[in-house]
Amino acid sequence: MEFLFDSFFSALLLLWSIDPELVEIVTVSLKVSSSSTIIASAVGVPAGFLIAFREFPGKRLLITILNTLLALPTVVVGLLVYAFISRRGILGVLNLLYTQKAMIIGQVILIIPIITVFTISAISRIDERYRKTAMTLGANALQTAWVVIREARFAIVAAVIAAFGRVIAEVGISMMLGGNAKGFTRTMTTAMALEYDKGEFVLGVALGLVLLTVSFGLNIFFNYIQGRARV
Amino acid sequence: MKRGWLSIAAVVLVMLSLSPLGAAEKIIKMSTTTSTENSGLLDVLLPELEKDTGIQVKVFAKGTGAAIRDGIDGNVDIIFVHAKAREEKFVADGYGTYRLGVMHNDFVILGPAADPAGIKGMKNAAEALKKIAEAKASFVSRGDDSGTHTKEQALWKASGIPFETTGTEIISKGKKKQLSFVYPGALGKWYLSIGQGMGKTLTYAEEKQAYTLADRGTYLNYKLGRAQSLDLEILCEGDPLLFNPYGIIPINPKKYPHVKFDLADQFAKWLVSPKVQAMIARYKIQGQQAFYPDAVLAAK
Repeated sequence: MEFLFDSFFSALLLLWSIDPELVEIVTVSLKVSSSSTIIASAVGVPAGFLIAFREFPGKRLLITILNTLLALPTVVVGLLVYAFISRRGILGVLNLLYTQKAMIIGQVILIIPIITVFTISAISRIDERYRKTAMTLGANALQTAWVVIREARFAIVAAVIAAFGRVIAEVGISMMLGGNAKGFTRTMTTAMALEYDKGEFVLGVALGLVLLTVSFGLNIFFNYIQGRARV
Repeated sequence: MKRGWLSIAAVVLVMLSLSPLGAAEKIIKMSTTTSTENSGLLDVLLPELEKDTGIQVKVFAKGTGAAIRDGIDGNVDIIFVHAKAREEKFVADGYGTYRLGVMHNDFVILGPAADPAGIKGMKNAAEALKKIAEAKASFVSRGDDSGTHTKEQALWKASGIPFETTGTEIISKGKKKQLSFVYPGALGKWYLSIGQGMGKTLTYAEEKQAYTLADRGTYLNYKLGRAQSLDLEILCEGDPLLFNPYGIIPINPKKYPHVKFDLADQFAKWLVSPKVQAMIARYKIQGQQAFYPDAVLAAK
């Protein structure tokens, strides 16, 4: 129990004193995770939309593969990207390894399946009649798509939030591709892993509490957006 | 519907049957440092231990800080680390029963063959670090409170260049406590503190073609024991400051009655027996001796 109290008060202390190191870590986390979420959404939402709307051979297989990729371990993504961008890899000359860019690349690969799959299910759930009505009312393909996306927007935003939660909480890719360099690629999760390695559990849990606080703040923000969209 | 439930039940049953139930009796848990594990020495010693005594050792490789922490929390039966001052404190605080010096190796300062800071062949490690800092050549630090990191901080202090102490305040046992570590001042982008194990730090330094401090055992394994040789060279070695002694400490059964002290004790004594000490001396990586036994005289 004492351990938990210590962690809780340490978290408060960290937040209260606006610890500069903590600010740095939180900034890196947010910057990397939001970049990868935005990029993955730009790819995943249209992809999910197309897959849901089009009929083509192999569609079921594709969806099964995407579903499988939901269970993609971060270490696998990490290793794969590592092999490409390390000094000995094909893209070694770009000097990407152990940079924030490398982390973003890995995270985008990780969450594209999440956003795509949830978008597919969001779109599929929309009543077929919306689409048909829109088309009978003379909407062109783009306008029809817009009507359906509007109807599915809550579920799509939920997909994006889930994807963001996945990347801000993951540690494998950040560690392998970012390298946990203090001040450059150290994120909240890699910092926690480090405190665990050092045996400083109190600080580790305190960082965990800070991460939850930050996520809570973000979710209030998303909630606000969704609420406004409803009106 | 009924079939669905049946298949779920079958999956659950299969999962249950896969979970480890029942284990052999003579197993002890040991926390050690990543550099010990990465050196490959344990892969030679532990099978021999099982042959001699029937004891199996489960090895958890971490930084020295975490390995000692495992001991303090009673998570393991024995620890095998290299940070002598901290080990002695660990025993004095009553967590360990005794410390046996097993062996030593040494640290080396590694860097790219191009050697931008020009430290090749220097005998004084602190001076070499000073030159790296002054040249602002990239340096990768373990930064994980490990034995190697402890050594690195001591070397920075000895180098006489201005260093900074950074700290984070936490609450421990209801009191404020400062966690701090030392790094060279005038910090620029050249000093990278990555907070990872020895092997990872070597590959990181190789990627960035940076300088780093490593123990010789791990270095030799990465340099000569792999298909793809590590692209870093030893640039500074032989300074007595770089000396790196390893100690083994069974956890105190008075503190934690559940630890298997008898087996841990047997293992520790086995490590310092003349036969095993000779094995350690014979342990070579590509023809180079990696460790120097320390207990030959102590073991009667």
